[in-house]
Amino acid sequence: MSRAALLVLADGRFPAGGHAHSGGAEAAVKAGRVTGAGSLEDFCRGRLHTAGRVAAALAASAALGVDPVSLDAAADARTPSPALRVAARKLGRQLLRAARAVWPSGELDALARAFPKGAHQPVVLGVAARAAGLGPVDAAYCAVYESVSGPASATVRLLSLDPFEATAVLARLAHEMDLVVDQAVEAAREVVDNGVDALPASSSPLLEIGAEVHAAWAVRLFAS
Amino acid sequence: MHLDHSHDGPSAVSADARRPDGSRRALRIGLGGPVGSGKTATVAALCRALRDELSLAVVTNDIYTREDAEFLLREAVLPPERITAVETGACPHTAIRDDISANLEAVEDLEDEVGPLQLILVESGGDNLTATFSKGLVDAQIFVIDVAGGDDIPRKGGPGVTTADLLVVNKTDLAPYVGSDLARMAADAKAQRAELPVVFQSLRAEDGVRDVADWVRAQLAAWSA
Ligand SMILES: Nc1nc2c(ncn2[C@@H]2O[C@H](COP(=O)(O)OP(=O)(O)O)[C@@H](O)[C@H]2O)c(=O)[nH]1
Ligand SMILES: [Mg+2]
Repeated sequence: MSRAALLVLADGRFPAGGHAHSGGAEAAVKAGRVTGAGSLEDFCRGRLHTAGRVAAALAASAALGVDPVSLDAAADARTPSPALRVAARKLGRQLLRAARAVWPSGELDALARAFPKGAHQPVVLGVAARAAGLGPVDAAYCAVYESVSGPASATVRLLSLDPFEATAVLARLAHEMDLVVDQAVEAAREVVDNGVDALPASSSPLLEIGAEVHAAWAVRLFAS
Repeated sequence: MHLDHSHDGPSAVSADARRPDGSRRALRIGLGGPVGSGKTATVAALCRALRDELSLAVVTNDIYTREDAEFLLREAVLPPERITAVETGACPHTAIRDDISANLEAVEDLEDEVGPLQLILVESGGDNLTATFSKGLVDAQIFVIDVAGGDDIPRKGGPGVTTADLLVVNKTDLAPYVGSDLARMAADAKAQRAELPVVFQSLRAEDGVRDVADWVRAQLAAWSA
């Protein structure tokens, strides 16, 4: 297992489309729910323990070799908002393109054949981690980190928030990220034995509702 | 350009010259340059000039609206299914240079859905003078500036002005009103670009896009050869 490969995959500049998405932060800023570093931290904590946890369990399961088609269906079932499903598949397709160029692998090619318009991003993330020689823990770490780093960097742009403060929010959440990764990997090991129903299904209704509202705006900075 | 045999079925991963089915993909030309210099107007004029002789489509990269795509739709320069808008997350240069995946998906979807296509024009959301297109996204790029943005822009240079395959200095009709010295702009551009071509145009003039359209035809001839 290569620690350096994990850094490549987790790098915010990995060219997989994430920069155009705010992880719900744009809707939350507009609604007045995120106004500064304090409320950004609350927002990120909520996302980490809901969408982040589910994404991490999906990614860890895919990294353990669980069938991506069943994981993708399970991701759909855990994503009520059609706008969020579209965004997740778009990001999955973009990640798949990048991963195939960076870590060519038969499993990634097969995934592209099964999902020409994209599978849910965390599922692709797990298969990409496998192709990079990484394991379920690494895949889960990428997923949880993305679940909070996306909104944090988007908020820097949306509110002109001090970038040091936004990064300090991420640092303060580090311990909680560790815990969520542990739970997600545990769930993923159960998925291997008992199927996708063992995946967590924690959700945050405001993220789902916000995504639907956001998708209908005529003017927005971020795609989701 | 190489023939890649590994893409049976799943879409290509990079700038391969062939599509997954082995056919040659469309030539992709990027149009970049500052906000308001006339990129969308040039795209519209090119569509009108070329649509009867070749199969083409457009990708726009708007910064925070679908305004460019909607302008092109309103002007009916192409059928609506040939115009796609990419959302760029407040960072237009990222989407055309550092992380091109959304744009690659847009061009590939256009080829799948309305193809076969010979030409795809990719308009960047307006940005500063440093924004250039990745070679993984486009085969050639046009940088559009205008006389009203200041006649010292060619002298200042920057990656767009210096390295674009074609530099267009637009809105020459406005030069007398804004006091821009076209001869000086031409000399500065020449100094920055050596043998690379420069076109001065006014889209207010009859057939104002002719020189750029001819350049695009030449690119296409070279690509198809
Ligand atoms: N006078 C004059 N106006 C032009 C010319 N080309 C474009 N424009 C106008 O300049 C404005 C900005 O053009 P647009 O194509 O939207 O710029 P973009 O932001 O680079 O896409 C519009 O109002 C155009 O009608 C030109 O050659 N002469
Ligand atoms: Mg424009």
